[in-house]
Amino acid sequence: MSRRKTDEEYSKTRAYKFFRWLKGQTDYTPDETVMDMDLMIPISDATDTVERMKDRQLNIDSVYDENSNKMLRFFAVLYRVVAVMFCIVLAALLVYNVSYLPPVGDPDRPTSNEVPARYIEKGIEETGAVNIVTGMILDYRAFDTFGESNVLFVATITVLVLLRLNKKNERNSESDDAADDHIYEPGDDLILQTVAKFLVPIIMVFGIYVILNGHLSPGGGFSGGAIIGAGLILYLNAFGFEKTERFFTEKTYKWISFFALTTYCLCKAYSFFCGANHLDSHIPLGTPGAILSSGLILILNICVGLVVACTMYTFYVMFRKGDF
Amino acid sequence: MTTLQIILLIFLLVCAISVSVTKDLLNAILIYMSFSLIMSIIWVTLQSPDLAITEAAVGAGVTSVLFFVTLKKIHAINIEKGTKELSDTDINTEAEDGLDEQA
Repeated sequence: MSRRKTDEEYSKTRAYKFFRWLKGQTDYTPDETVMDMDLMIPISDATDTVERMKDRQLNIDSVYDENSNKMLRFFAVLYRVVAVMFCIVLAALLVYNVSYLPPVGDPDRPTSNEVPARYIEKGIEETGAVNIVTGMILDYRAFDTFGESNVLFVATITVLVLLRLNKKNERNSESDDAADDHIYEPGDDLILQTVAKFLVPIIMVFGIYVILNGHLSPGGGFSGGAIIGAGLILYLNAFGFEKTERFFTEKTYKWISFFALTTYCLCKAYSFFCGANHLDSHIPLGTPGAILSSGLILILNICVGLVVACTMYTFYVMFRKGDF
Repeated sequence: MTTLQIILLIFLLVCAISVSVTKDLLNAILIYMSFSLIMSIIWVTLQSPDLAITEAAVGAGVTSVLFFVTLKKIHAINIEKGTKELSDTDINTEAEDGLDEQA
């Protein structure tokens, strides 16, 4: 059983001396010379500190100056040579491996098996979507797309956790941010506002078109959502936060994401349940080519588009301001 | 492979090399934007318009805007100078911060 030594006993041991030396309080020599940190660097006033900072900066500059430090120059050259060689070797390896890929359209390539054949032959019949790609990602592989939407949601939550400002600390930096905004983004830019007045409605309508026509023409939830998000960002840049905060706040984001993801989850859960148990899902597929067709794909497209648009906009707001 | 595709691929290579060579971060983002734009045209010529729309919206639009905001956030875009240097005011504020911490 070990007992704790008293301070007096402890000060005679070798470990005490070693730890004092480690902390820089003494030299580890038989006759101790005590070095007091406060005596070594006297702090008299601010100007003295500034001088010291400048000296320190000069020292750092001379150490990292390539002309005076031979070792550093050598490593800089070595770094460049190795980086270029690495890039060349990597590119050569990739090109060499690409030459082994089977040519496009070759019937013997390993990807042309029964899966794409079924997608192409029975895709329209089974999903009702004229655009086979949307039929694939939102019907045959809807579970993948659900995962992707959730990844976006989790990414937004991470950005919110990392970049959101604390309300208490916000007061101090408010004036700085306002000054910054004034320098980098003038508030009332007439050219930007006039252009935005023309462009934002067109961009929005195009985004909505891409989402709603996802099963008929190229596009779909993800691209349409990204277009709407870009339109929102343009609107925010032109007219400032006061206008956008009237219709898009943190609460809006929360409820839109929640409802979109829940709707997606419930719709697909129903159709997976029916499909796995060989039941008739009673969801009409409609005539291929009509806007109200292809069963659940239209609803799922709208859900994905909403999530993506909100995610893009929230990313931008978090990076810009740190708060809604 | 048509002549248009070859020209676009050469543009792509030029963009990719000049992104890594350029010193200015703002220029690098602009070149990256043009890279995405050329890539989206190549997607159209490869008959995948879905990818082309997504590439144009995400690659050329949203990602570049996020890069711009990040540059602004880390004060890498300076209006007066290209790069930010350690000026007297910075040293003063740093010294004051140090004093505050010691006090």
